[in-house]
Amino acid sequence: MRQLLSGNEACAIGALRAGVRFFAGYPITPSTEIAEYLARELPKVGGTFIQMEDEIGSICCMNGATAAGLKAMTATSGPGFSLMQEGIGYSVMAELPCIIVNVMRGGPATGTPTRTSQADVMQARYGTHGDHPIVALCPWSVRECFDLTVEAVNISERLRVPVIVLMDEIVGHMREVVELPEEVKLWQPAKPKPPREDYYHYDDTNNYDAPIASFGEGYRIHLTGLTHRKDGFPTDEPEIIKWNLDRLRAKIEDNRSWLWDLDYQDLGAETVIVCYGSAARSAMEAKHQVELKTGRRIGILRLRMLWPFPSQRLIGLLRSARRVIVPEMNQGQLYREVERTVNLNVPVVSVQRYDGEMLTPEEIIAAI
Amino acid sequence: MIDITADRFLNFFRLDERFPHILCPGCGIGTIMGTMVRAFIDLGISQDELCVISGIGCSSRVPGYLDCDTFHTLHGRALPAATGVKLAKPELKVVVIGGDGDIMAIGGNHFIHTARRNLDITVIVVNNFTYGMTGGQYSPTTPTHEKASTAPFGNVERSFDVCFIAKAAGAMFVARSTTFHVAHLKKMIELALNKKGFSVVEVISQCPTFYGRYQGIGDAVKMLEWLKSRSVDVSRVADPWQVRDKFVIGVLHDQEEVPPYTELYQSVRERAKE
Ligand SMILES: Cc1ncc(C[n+]2csc(CCOP(=O)(O)OP(=O)(O)O)c2C)c(N)n1
Ligand code: SF4
Repeated sequence: MRQLLSGNEACAIGALRAGVRFFAGYPITPSTEIAEYLARELPKVGGTFIQMEDEIGSICCMNGATAAGLKAMTATSGPGFSLMQEGIGYSVMAELPCIIVNVMRGGPATGTPTRTSQADVMQARYGTHGDHPIVALCPWSVRECFDLTVEAVNISERLRVPVIVLMDEIVGHMREVVELPEEVKLWQPAKPKPPREDYYHYDDTNNYDAPIASFGEGYRIHLTGLTHRKDGFPTDEPEIIKWNLDRLRAKIEDNRSWLWDLDYQDLGAETVIVCYGSAARSAMEAKHQVELKTGRRIGILRLRMLWPFPSQRLIGLLRSARRVIVPEMNQGQLYREVERTVNLNVPVVSVQRYDGEMLTPEEIIAAI
Repeated sequence: MIDITADRFLNFFRLDERFPHILCPGCGIGTIMGTMVRAFIDLGISQDELCVISGIGCSSRVPGYLDCDTFHTLHGRALPAATGVKLAKPELKVVVIGGDGDIMAIGGNHFIHTARRNLDITVIVVNNFTYGMTGGQYSPTTPTHEKASTAPFGNVERSFDVCFIAKAAGAMFVARSTTFHVAHLKKMIELALNKKGFSVVEVISQCPTFYGRYQGIGDAVKMLEWLKSRSVDVSRVADPWQVRDKFVIGVLHDQEEVPPYTELYQSVRERAKE
């Protein structure tokens, strides 16, 4: 069925199709439509929606529902995302799979509630305290808001990690006619087998998708935000602290091969634009215009996953580039990552816009 | 009445892997933990249908010692976490335990809103008038003028009455007891567990390491004597909300049950499907 949907709606529908049955959130522009949609639709499928007293409560409530066995999600924007950071750290530490959607607006502070930005790229990566990697996906279209939300649920279940869906206001509010698939492929987490004496909540054989129990299943599990042993109980033994942090890192780093998912075309081109989110839409238009006018080929490398940052993959793909352009709606957050980790012997140009307006194709053409 | 054998009591703890515990000698939290477990056993609450949830603090270490599903969450966030668990699995008995700092300071907003929503949860607030785990700083329940590590010249803030706030926010059941009155405490916890809806038991507890020392009350034994001499039963006062110089113990508020959140939300699901 073809339908006219906004990115926020498509994201909410994706969550429902992926089996999300719990939403806890606090209203904030420009993410609110996700909550409104789920408030209406979740109860129809036996799910639960709750509007919490703030974003701190929202993420903790979501963590609770996840621990009790539901696929759960929250949605917010900049300031709310900041409030959630400690709770995101908890999801990472306790290995609770969940989805946090951040429909980005500008900051700092209350910033620009009704304008667009891509300024939370680094907050998504480094927002909470402590050493750990994170997974963040970044859709550029309404259809992809659906697809990447489903993908986010699958990744979170498979690796037992929180997954962040970073949308910018333009993508969240934009409307497109889309045809959504009736069926989506879902990751099926295995359930542990009794007896509970043999059960460890955190497996030490690097089996990140080992079966896990939830509250109420008779395994008498203990979840804590403290550094814990494989049975979940806290410890401050140096060896186990290190094992714990290595585990959190390795489960993402070791799985980069299937996490990597880039869209690209014309990689033989001398000028390649590395882009994401709505800035990639302008980049695509810029490419077409330049190609039409000059006959010069322009490469596009669009990232669907921002974190873990696919630096090795980029090095390979950008081998023949003579010039790399990174357009984004912030002061160069991903540009610095490209320059730093890809370390090409070619100029990397940052195209920035951070006045709340969309980055235009003309601005990118000027840099080409 | 079910006979509590020592075995059943001991079986409720994660004895092999978790003891000795980290609490100071003479701390009241151990008494509360033991009393809670006796209440669970007497009420026939099975270890497999119980989830005990806490935030961060000495009091919040209790779940780690109990052999049931346990959830040690972030500082102040036990109640939203408990909300998520209860909404996801309404059939679980959900009990929250935490300190006056955890539940009333950093978690104060969650406390009033969880009460307002009437989640079917029992909250045990361990009130030792101080932040034990971080070293005796003043808390929202520390009386004015008293000393604390962050109030060396006396606390200038006015203090909260946990029970009063619980009642005002909409709790179905509110009671207070102390670690001296162990049988009374057990009764209060049982009544709270049996009440459908949001129920609160405030337990005045001794922290000899900090509060007892800062106020010059003395060691654990002196503190228990102090608890005894400072307490008065609710039946012996005209208005429990007006008493300032004593701990009024007993059932302070017990209202006719109204449907808890999970039941109301079930009716939302039915309406949504129509
Ligand atoms: C966000 C955050 N802020 C501060 C702390 C430090 N902290 C740990 S426990 C605690 C207070 C504990 O006091 P209380 O809740 O009264 O429990 P008690 O230790 O007295 O039982 C504080 C402030 C923390 N863990 N997290
Ligand atoms: S510091 Fe106080 S509250 Fe904490 S364990 Fe010691 S006596 Fe108990």
